Amino acid sequence: MSACHGRPDSVALAAPSAAGAPPRLVALIGPPNSGKTTLFNRLTGLRQKVANFPGVTVEHHIGKAHLPGHHAVDIIDLPGIYSLNPRSEDEQVTHDVLTGAMPGLRRPDGVILVLDSTNLQRHLPLAAAVLSLRLPTLVVLNMADDLRQRGGAVDTEALANQLGAPVVLVSAATGEGVKSLAQFLTGGIAVPRVVELPVLQDVPACRQWARDISRQARYTHPAPPVWTRRLDGVFLHPLLGPLVFALVVAAVFQSIFSWARPLMDGVQAAVAVSGAGMRAVLPDGWLESLVVDGAWSGVGAVVVFLPQILLLFLFIVLLEDSGYLARAALIADRTMARVGLQGKSFIPLLSAYACAVPAIMATRTIENRRDRIATILIAPFMTCSARLPVYTLIIAAFIPERPFVGGLLGTRAAALLGLYLLGFLAAIGTARLLKSSVLRSERTPFVLEMPPYRMPTLTSIGLRLWDRALAFLKRAGTVILGVAILLWILASVPTIDGQQPPIEQSLAGTLGRAIEPLIEPLGFNWKIGIGLITSLAAREVIVGTLGTIYGMDPDHNSAGLQAALQKELTFGGAVALLVFFAFAMQCMSTLAVVRRETGGWKWPAIQFFYMGALAYVCAWIAHALLS
Amino acid sequence: MQLSFKAASRKRTPACLADLPAGSEAVIDRLDLPGDLAARLMELGFIPGHRVSAARSAPGGDPRVFRVDGAEIALRRETARHIVVRNN
Repeated sequence: MSACHGRPDSVALAAPSAAGAPPRLVALIGPPNSGKTTLFNRLTGLRQKVANFPGVTVEHHIGKAHLPGHHAVDIIDLPGIYSLNPRSEDEQVTHDVLTGAMPGLRRPDGVILVLDSTNLQRHLPLAAAVLSLRLPTLVVLNMADDLRQRGGAVDTEALANQLGAPVVLVSAATGEGVKSLAQFLTGGIAVPRVVELPVLQDVPACRQWARDISRQARYTHPAPPVWTRRLDGVFLHPLLGPLVFALVVAAVFQSIFSWARPLMDGVQAAVAVSGAGMRAVLPDGWLESLVVDGAWSGVGAVVVFLPQILLLFLFIVLLEDSGYLARAALIADRTMARVGLQGKSFIPLLSAYACAVPAIMATRTIENRRDRIATILIAPFMTCSARLPVYTLIIAAFIPERPFVGGLLGTRAAALLGLYLLGFLAAIGTARLLKSSVLRSERTPFVLEMPPYRMPTLTSIGLRLWDRALAFLKRAGTVILGVAILLWILASVPTIDGQQPPIEQSLAGTLGRAIEPLIEPLGFNWKIGIGLITSLAAREVIVGTLGTIYGMDPDHNSAGLQAALQKELTFGGAVALLVFFAFAMQCMSTLAVVRRETGGWKWPAIQFFYMGALAYVCAWIAHALLS
Repeated sequence: MQLSFKAASRKRTPACLADLPAGSEAVIDRLDLPGDLAARLMELGFIPGHRVSAARSAPGGDPRVFRVDGAEIALRRETARHIVVRNN
């Protein structure tokens, strides 16, 4: 049933390369939410973002499929499109790749067209556009399990006859029928047989064509998704909907503090034990100091936050993959409209809670350029996961844990939630400012497909958490380690009588003291100043920096980082530091991606100085009010 | 009295999609929208002559979700106002 059908009578391409020639390149395309990316992961095993939301694949990802018989095929995953008439940047990318117009990428040798089998009549018009490109094409009807469960059916052989191209019915989520794709990827793949296609610009004619051929393929439309309607009855209920949303958010914040705690204590203990182990093994002297006090204190202080970051990601993945995100965009549209943006801007903003970099790339689904730039400019205000270590460290040191809101939230979780709200309000306020001045534009329409709810698969969740953990540890092993070592050197020179200087007389201390007059009004001393300088690279670096500074400072050596901070900062200074981190643009990667996406240094420069000024002024106010 | 008159007049004159009560069905007559947006909506299933029904809406009543061709698409009222529907 799921074998390849179709009788191509055009020239077949040669089977994949012998040694030396570049591997075959196959493009994976389909409408948004047809399950392309799940299939991509099945085929390549490459970690990459999958989400049950239209328009999540915003860049092309290339992965290698390793197939039986040592064949390797490069597969390129393209953004979801409804047609090949490019109207948004997503569609432009797909169009350019398929026509060979994408610079730096050759035209694909073949196309895997993924359509949702439960939505066949709506998705078939894209097949007409793709077949007209005359590239070897395999039509994959995905979500076979869903189709069957809801009582739908399709005759793949008859459909293949109508389309002139092979058709397979698969389920990328369960893996059913995916093996038959290997046959297409490795065997002779053929240009589709010439069949009568409708005029592509004539949308009603394309629909009629889709209707006709699905009738000839004996397509039975599945029953409506009952569970999706029931769940929407709750999630989109005028009263229950917002209530459920609020409860979910409260649970996320509470769990970040309470569930992650034992795991974090475990990591902390492991860091302390291994540090002591190294101290025992290494000879006394500068090497021991560099490794244990410099590198290990710096990296260890940051690695402790891995469990929290993974927990946050788990929630984000669940929201995205289940299809709830599209409902959140729907609910948010009115609020977003009030500040001049639209609900679609809400999706990049939500993913900015994980990291601003992918969020800024995800703005490519926004058709209006001014809306897109406004979304890019406000995305870094959303509380990314790199702020989490800074926030939790300071909150745990300065805010006592007490029950709050009738025991639903603790004071610490409530403080964290408040910081997330603060970032969100700054984003909304800035959006309003931009959209009523430099980026004013006509209101753009909001058009969004609501995908059915789906149960996220363990593989998909696992792959993304694994990917996230690797990215975090890689950063700890490169940027943070590098800064920790550099800082150790700066804190160790100039030597006094061949001995390490007291930290305030070292080069790092001199630097910190040089900016002290500037940050003193905010309640920060020169040690925090060193942290502010190093955190320009990435926000969480300040935790590593403070770890290194206090690791090298004999007064604080034995006490934990929290205890050390309690001596350094007043309560007002601590709040000012939190506010500063909520607003300031301290991330090189984000600035780099903003430059790339906006095509110049103008917007990243404006963003950097605007956020910096806002951070300084608000931190000053917070410190003045609380001291 | 007034209500019944209103209902009767709605039946005769073409109404817009924005006024379609939740749960009821209509046939799309035409899209009075700029070319690009009309083309996009047609790709999503808002094609003259096709059936459309009104489903749920966001809390607050805007945007609304419409069912076309077995899929659910959310539109703002200001867009749905320009989609003219008839009763059969």
